[in-house]
Amino acid sequence: MNAFWIILTGSLVATCCSLLGCYLILRRMAMVGDAVSHAVLPGIVIAFLVTGSRDSVPMLIGAGLLGVLTTFLIEFFHRVARVQTDASIGVTFTWLFAIGIILISMFAGQIDLDQDCVLYGEIAYTPIDLWISEDGWILGPRAVWTVGSVAVVVILFIYLGYKELYLTAFDAAYAASIGISTSLWYYLLMSAVSLTTVASFESVGAILVVAFLVAPPATAYLLTDNFKTMLLLSVVIGVVASAAGYFLAVWLDGSIAGAIATVTGLEFLLAFLFSPSRGIWMNRRKLVPSPIN
Amino acid sequence: MSDFTEFFSFTDANVRFVAIGSVLLASSSAVVGCFTLLRKRALVGDAVAHAVLPGVCLAFMLSGTKNPLVLLLGAFITGWLSLIVIDFITSRSRIKEDTAIGLVLSVFFGIGILLLTSIQHSGNAAQSGLDKFLFGNAAALIGEDLIVFSVVALLLLVCTVVFYKELMLLCFDEAYARTIGYPVRALELLLTTLTVFAVVVGIQAVGVVLMAAMLITPAAAARFWTENLRLMLVLAALMGAFSGLAGAYVSYTAPSMPTGPWIVLIISMIAISSFAFAPGKGWVSRIWKQRRNKARVLEENLLKLMYQLGEPNQDYYSSRNVTDIMERRQIPKSEISKGLRKLKREGYVVKDKNAWVLTRQGQTRGMRVVRLHRLWELYLTQFLELASDHVHEDAETIEHIITPELEQKLMQELQYPVLDPHNNKIP
Repeated sequence: MNAFWIILTGSLVATCCSLLGCYLILRRMAMVGDAVSHAVLPGIVIAFLVTGSRDSVPMLIGAGLLGVLTTFLIEFFHRVARVQTDASIGVTFTWLFAIGIILISMFAGQIDLDQDCVLYGEIAYTPIDLWISEDGWILGPRAVWTVGSVAVVVILFIYLGYKELYLTAFDAAYAASIGISTSLWYYLLMSAVSLTTVASFESVGAILVVAFLVAPPATAYLLTDNFKTMLLLSVVIGVVASAAGYFLAVWLDGSIAGAIATVTGLEFLLAFLFSPSRGIWMNRRKLVPSPIN
Repeated sequence: MSDFTEFFSFTDANVRFVAIGSVLLASSSAVVGCFTLLRKRALVGDAVAHAVLPGVCLAFMLSGTKNPLVLLLGAFITGWLSLIVIDFITSRSRIKEDTAIGLVLSVFFGIGILLLTSIQHSGNAAQSGLDKFLFGNAAALIGEDLIVFSVVALLLLVCTVVFYKELMLLCFDEAYARTIGYPVRALELLLTTLTVFAVVVGIQAVGVVLMAAMLITPAAAARFWTENLRLMLVLAALMGAFSGLAGAYVSYTAPSMPTGPWIVLIISMIAISSFAFAPGKGWVSRIWKQRRNKARVLEENLLKLMYQLGEPNQDYYSSRNVTDIMERRQIPKSEISKGLRKLKREGYVVKDKNAWVLTRQGQTRGMRVVRLHRLWELYLTQFLELASDHVHEDAETIEHIITPELEQKLMQELQYPVLDPHNNKIP
């Protein structure tokens, strides 16, 4: 049963992240996901200090706000101060992360948080933290409910805003000319990324969030040219990685999050080598000249 | 109380190591960071920082010791491998660079965590403290570390000095470097190696996540102060050194404070203030320059209008109302009064009850603007053959920009003209 809950949590996180990741890698903003997932740390600490509990809702709000602030700062430094994009990402998230660690050290006595748990949360503990209703019903692990509701929000967001997200990702100029606000959809997308990151960090850790945001979409990107197929494929790839990663972790007696990230890397390697249309192995075979008659 | 003194006499001896170590690390990684920043690959440092973890774990698994040199070697190998993989993925598929960086970063780190936890669960007692390598602890630096740091810092510095010209060319014009026969591929490898060195060593002080800042932030800050690469390298190193020292000091006065994050916080504050206030490129100085230009344009326009009001009767020194000026041109009343007050302070106009009078100085400057305007209109009609009703807008802008030398040239080209295309006299 534990295995079921862990794989389910992993798959739900994979679904949210892979879907959003498709947009990020097409917008060349893969590293923004990495930045957001680290920069939410001060938000989590502040929410923790204000409410004094590890309750999910205030943390979600605190970290979500920080996530949006991060994307805003990155845009601000880039647009207004004209810092080059990669530098503006790097400066912003390390700065916020440093503030987060300093806050933790300042209030070390009051906070049961450390940077390890942000970097590699422990998905193995998911089944222990059960949500028990007041009548004594056991409703399953709390993380499944949190991540599950975020997954519903993300899927709804992509379903309802499919056209706008698609157009702003592929042809921002055209999107703007037909009256779609590119910055509104940019910030909506980034809010969704922050929300996902924050909801998942406690159970799977930042590093798996980044792996899910980048690896399954990149793998799917090598396998198809159709965007809808790419969305679906990346979800499938993420879910497969969750299940395979769990068993790999059990076999090696190691971190489940680390194992899942490893499997996403293997999947990418397979696609990179053997993708029917773009794998380098296939291309090499194609390059062999046919004998001249 | 004796505990207190004992503690501090201990740290006092130690604090020298911490301070020197932090300064060496921060300044040498800042120098390397300048090159990666200029190659628009600032975030590769982040990928390398994450990619050292599997190397450290593998080195431990294979050797069974925690000898720092063995661990560093392992870290170096996987760190270096990660950059090669990023290059390979971007050159051999349609995956973009940022995606490749994110992919390599998370997968390498994931493998590292898998190995690390696997080692931890194996019950090997020797493993404890292996993860300290990751989160960095500058306050725990000891003499031996310092030797490694100094060697690496020296190596980085010497390489930068020796290969300065080659690396500069690699950053600014790779194609040109290739044409004149530089071994671009080898230089790229050199830069990669330097980056990995800086990261591998720096991680022990500031940790995986913050290592990216040690490379990017001082370079990004220095970029705002100069256009000269030599100066930028020196500035970045100085900024790095300063924040290294300041970070060590903070954690000395408040021992619960971690050194690494303070170094990063301080260098980030320097960078953000540079983005805002650096002369020339900074955000505030750009806004200020725009404002000053706008004010100058308004002043010159007012003087021009007052001069034009006097033109029909050749009577430049009668008093004019604000309404007279507004009749000729739609400028908000508040701006007109503001501009006039400024002109009064500068001695171009004087106030006469409710009206304004040009001074001699003001008349000369107003005349010059009118003259430049008409000269330009004439130039456009004669040399670009534009219709005379199309040239006014352009002249409105250029009249504030033309320098005396340019004015002289225009006069020569137009053979000292008397009338503009609208048959107004050129004063």
